[in-house]
Amino acid sequence: MDIVLEAKHIDKYFKKPVKFQVLKDINFQVKTGEFTSIMGKSGCGKSTLLYILSTMDTNYTGELYLQNQLITGKDATHLSYLRNKHIGFVFQFHYLLSEFTVLENVMLPAKKLAEKSVVDIKQTAQNKLKMLNIEHLALKKASQISGGEKQRVAIARALINNPSIIMGDEPTGNLDSHNAENVFSIFKQLSEEQGLSLLIVTHDEDFAKKTDRILLMEDGKML
Amino acid sequence: MINWNIILSIAKTHLVTKLRQTLVAALGVTFGIGSYITLVSFMTGLNAMLDDLILNQTPHIHIYNEIEPSKDQPVSIYDDFASHLNIVRSIKPKISQKKIHNALPIIDYLEKDKDVLGALPQVVTQIFYIAGSIELGGNLTGLNPLEESKYFNLEDYIIEGSAEALENTDNGIILGIGIAKKMALNVGDRIQISPINGNFFPLKIVGFYQSGISDLDAIQSFTNISTVQRILGEANNYITDINVKLKDLEKALPMSQLVEQQFGLKAVDIKTANAQFDTGTDIRNLITYAVSITLLIVAGFGIYNILNMLIYEKMNDIAILKATGFSGKDVQLIFMSQAMIIGILGGLLGLLIGFGLASFIGTIPFETEALPTVDTYPIHLQPSYFIIGFSFAMVSTFLAGYLPSRKAKKIDPVTIIRGQ
Repeated sequence: MDIVLEAKHIDKYFKKPVKFQVLKDINFQVKTGEFTSIMGKSGCGKSTLLYILSTMDTNYTGELYLQNQLITGKDATHLSYLRNKHIGFVFQFHYLLSEFTVLENVMLPAKKLAEKSVVDIKQTAQNKLKMLNIEHLALKKASQISGGEKQRVAIARALINNPSIIMGDEPTGNLDSHNAENVFSIFKQLSEEQGLSLLIVTHDEDFAKKTDRILLMEDGKML
Repeated sequence: MINWNIILSIAKTHLVTKLRQTLVAALGVTFGIGSYITLVSFMTGLNAMLDDLILNQTPHIHIYNEIEPSKDQPVSIYDDFASHLNIVRSIKPKISQKKIHNALPIIDYLEKDKDVLGALPQVVTQIFYIAGSIELGGNLTGLNPLEESKYFNLEDYIIEGSAEALENTDNGIILGIGIAKKMALNVGDRIQISPINGNFFPLKIVGFYQSGISDLDAIQSFTNISTVQRILGEANNYITDINVKLKDLEKALPMSQLVEQQFGLKAVDIKTANAQFDTGTDIRNLITYAVSITLLIVAGFGIYNILNMLIYEKMNDIAILKATGFSGKDVQLIFMSQAMIIGILGGLLGLLIGFGLASFIGTIPFETEALPTVDTYPIHLQPSYFIIGFSFAMVSTFLAGYLPSRKAKKIDPVTIIRGQ
């Protein structure tokens, strides 16, 4: 199987308030179609790792490969492009643009990528919403829908550019068990039916147990 | 790779959802530009009016024979005394004629110059106005009434009668309004004129002249050149002054110097003669611009404030945009375009309001004894004011938008997402 994401010898320090090594020599790979979860206690550095993997945090040492391309040290604009095209994001808190409609929220990253016409993008966005059973919300403002629905919209948005990998930072952390279950089954379905790679940070053990592979972290080290 | 469609659509959504703040910011610009247009057109209108008051009647170059002492006394050109210190006391002006020698050929010569619109002869003399036992000193100027009207707006200052009536009446006179009031004279009456060397000439009053400067109106009268020449008993080549009007006012100074050199006459250009008017105009312009710039800077701070607030409110949005692949530059452009949209809308509205207000002021009656040609407040609207005003609005909104938007560009999404 191909390797989507590979981290080699990642170290990261926090300089404030005192110098502190958050990540210590992290090495791992995510293969295509793999549903991976990263588990660990609060403060073990799992979120920090995710932000580095997502290319948003560039202040680290080591090497990061996305689809076998070295992306460490690339300029900010290029990283933005990579995020846009290859990485889909789902956060703990919904993170939708509240003034836009659900459909517009989903379309935004694709409009930015601008590889397709607006009509095509709209079609794709509606298909994604349909797949997640929320097509009836398309024209509602993002601020008018419930938390579980917002998270599903965020997943639709993460999928819009058919990314190589979906990253989630505690995507179910803020949801009740019913909605959390719902979100998990969506991820599972994406992984099994579409062969999508997923990398989810969580401290929910039940969630992690159901994934293909669990990476355990403790005190900045991967066990 | 900048995708303007999406940047503008995000900017538009932000502005529309914060409609009230957008309007307040835009109105700040509107107010600034509107008052700039109104102020500048009113001020320049006023300037033009005051300038007209004096400068329109003033020739661009006034050529005459100055009575002055000789610059070189005979002793100073005598070689034997060159090494001595020569002091001549009580130097008297040289005896010279008042008339300009060879005036008619000089006028012909000047009129052929491509920079000259017109060169008009005048005969200026001191006279007494006599009505019964009253004698009043005054100036009588002989001129070509129609030409003077054409080049120096004489007609504007004739409040009764006309330049044409003077042209057509032999022995006619246009009397300063001050004299007419003192002597209780009306158009159609006769007035006795006495030149300094004696004699009496009855002239028929064909009109009244009011310049707005009452000291001048109390002494000045006009008649035809030939009439003055007859009163003085001089030939028809007796010309004391030549007034030149140029196509370009800026050429007045070099040309006056040339005339002085070439003909040995005194030639005064308009700028030298009226330096104080230029100063007044400059200072009024300075005040206008100082006030307008202050207003626009205040408007700029308004935009700066509102964008700053907006960016604080939109921290989450900025983080999401960056996380989903928008670059810092995209985010900056989103906020910059908001500032520019506010600036353009506010600026355009300001131009309209400024135009409306200035036009309205231009219709308010403003009548004053001193200014016979003015009946409403003077307004001077010029396309360049609108261009300057709009450019300034663009520059100030650009600066006001640039600083906050640069902050938005630098926001680190990780910090925001972690902070949640």
